[in-house]
Amino acid sequence: MTALLEVRDIEKSFGGVRAVCGVSFDVREGEILGVIGPNGSGKSTLFNCILGQLVPDRGTVRVNGRNVTALRPSRLNRLGVSRTFQLLQVFPELTARENLILAGQEHRGSRLARLFGARDAGMGAEADRMLDFFRLRRLEDEKAGSLSYGQQKLLDAAMAFMSGSRLVLLDEPAGGVNLTMLADLRERLEAINRETGVTFVVIEHNMEFVMALCSRLIVLAEGRIIAEGPPAEVRRDPAVIEAYLGH
Amino acid sequence: MSTSTSLLIGLLLLVLLALAPVDLNDFGVPYPGLRRYGTYILTLWLVTAIAAMGVNLIVGYAGQETLAQAAFVGIGAYLTAIVTKAGVPFGVAFAASGLLTFVIGIALGFPALRVQKHYLAFVTLAFTVLCWLVFRNEQWITGGVMGIRDIERPTFLGWPLRNHIRFYWFVLAITAIMTFVLWWIVRSPWGRAFTALRENPLRAESLGIDVRLYTLLTFALGSAYGGMAGSLYAPLVEFIDPSPFALGPSLLFMLMVVIGGSGTFLGPFVGAGIAVLLPEWLRAWETWYLLIYAVLVMVMMAFFPGGIVGLLSRLVARKARS
Ligand SMILES: Nc1ncnc2c1ncn2[C@@H]1O[C@H](COP(=O)(O)OP(=O)(O)OP(=O)(O)O)[C@@H](O)[C@H]1O
Ligand SMILES: [Mg+2]
Repeated sequence: MTALLEVRDIEKSFGGVRAVCGVSFDVREGEILGVIGPNGSGKSTLFNCILGQLVPDRGTVRVNGRNVTALRPSRLNRLGVSRTFQLLQVFPELTARENLILAGQEHRGSRLARLFGARDAGMGAEADRMLDFFRLRRLEDEKAGSLSYGQQKLLDAAMAFMSGSRLVLLDEPAGGVNLTMLADLRERLEAINRETGVTFVVIEHNMEFVMALCSRLIVLAEGRIIAEGPPAEVRRDPAVIEAYLGH
Repeated sequence: MSTSTSLLIGLLLLVLLALAPVDLNDFGVPYPGLRRYGTYILTLWLVTAIAAMGVNLIVGYAGQETLAQAAFVGIGAYLTAIVTKAGVPFGVAFAASGLLTFVIGIALGFPALRVQKHYLAFVTLAFTVLCWLVFRNEQWITGGVMGIRDIERPTFLGWPLRNHIRFYWFVLAITAIMTFVLWWIVRSPWGRAFTALRENPLRAESLGIDVRLYTLLTFALGSAYGGMAGSLYAPLVEFIDPSPFALGPSLLFMLMVVIGGSGTFLGPFVGAGIAVLLPEWLRAWETWYLLIYAVLVMVMMAFFPGGIVGLLSRLVARKARS
């Protein structure tokens, strides 16, 4: 069986800094893969290379067997791959509901049809469903910029699911989210994975969150994969302990 | 505001504007109607507002930058003057002005994909200078500093528009249509995409929004509004020379949008109104005019970044809450 996402030999340097050096891994349909590693180990850079925000110096990325290396992010997104960024990225001037509609609108019909069609581009019902699912319904008409940090983080994650993507990459979805909300978020993500079979790759520093959510982990240190396997195993790996304690 | 309320208010304004130059005493209303000069100023306001709407789309909605609008107005004005003098019907000249500036707008949008905002201002500025030089130096076609005189007002479906009131109505009708079109665009999903472009292009791109295409589209549409405004400007003033299409006026378009309320739908109308009327009101103080204008802009930028429309809607919102 071919993997849903196939990453081969990705390399990326910034000047003299080798942020990612030869990373390869596969993601199978329906799994939740965690990517962990110390600060500056190249996790976000790896995501950006996979998703076209950065062009890797070397290596290839395949989605469903198709080479998508350095494809423009908007094209990749329309092929069914979504993401969130490490720093919160909602559109503060739009309402929560508008944010969700925006996240889905380019995936339905032609651009010309959208100009002449409904204002919500036919995404209204889907947006409502997502608001309910992430328990943001009573905030739907609030400007995203006026929501609390945790609520914005939930909205940010919800936006990644509006396009009906089969593969979603989340960069620190739990960063800055409080404990109750954290359990909520984890449970929502698990529910989506279970109910719709969406595949996840999640970067996260919160170990408890990662251990509970992910079925498999990759550990990065200084741009290389130093360990890979089920959470319980990785946790005991001496190389991993060393990498974390070394920092 | 709901769709039907907006449309209703728009329609009401349209009727009031249409009646502005009409003597209503015959209908028992003690209003003599605007005179010839007043009607001319009102028409100039509409034409200016069309061009300012284009700038507002590029700057206010999509968050780009342009100092080229006067150049596009110039292109539309010169094209219309030259071809209508050669016997081409006005309708064709108007459409051609829109089309040509749409295409040039796309070309001018390309630097926007590469350079940061402030550099973009310089690029569009250079374009304005280039156009101005062409208008001034290519005498064989533009008449150079002598300009082009005796530009005919068109006939519309066999209805001559020589009369200033008729021409005003004609411009009003076109302004209404163009306003409706832009209103439709900015409230459609396209408008949402433009906002996304302004607020966070990186995130927009990751959500499947083709940032490149939408950026070029705003430049094309905004510039075409400039070109079509120019196409109306030529027969309005009946004489064109390079001076209204220079750098200063290009900057003025930007200021209109800022003062009126960048990114608000009515901002360009308010800004254009001030730009057209202020010189009339302050005529007596000729030398002070620019100074007052400059102070106004600085105060606006410092205290009311939302412009006059932004300020008004804030006041209305506060009233509604209390
Ligand atoms: N745009 C950039 N320009 C220059 N250097 C960069 C850039 N982006 C990342 N780097 C460098 O690449 C290395 C990896 O950064 P990256 O953001 O990928 O780490 P990370 O694993 O996501 O860290 P964190 O856990 O803190 O988010 C760092 O040394 C960083 O300084
Ligand atoms: Mg990171």
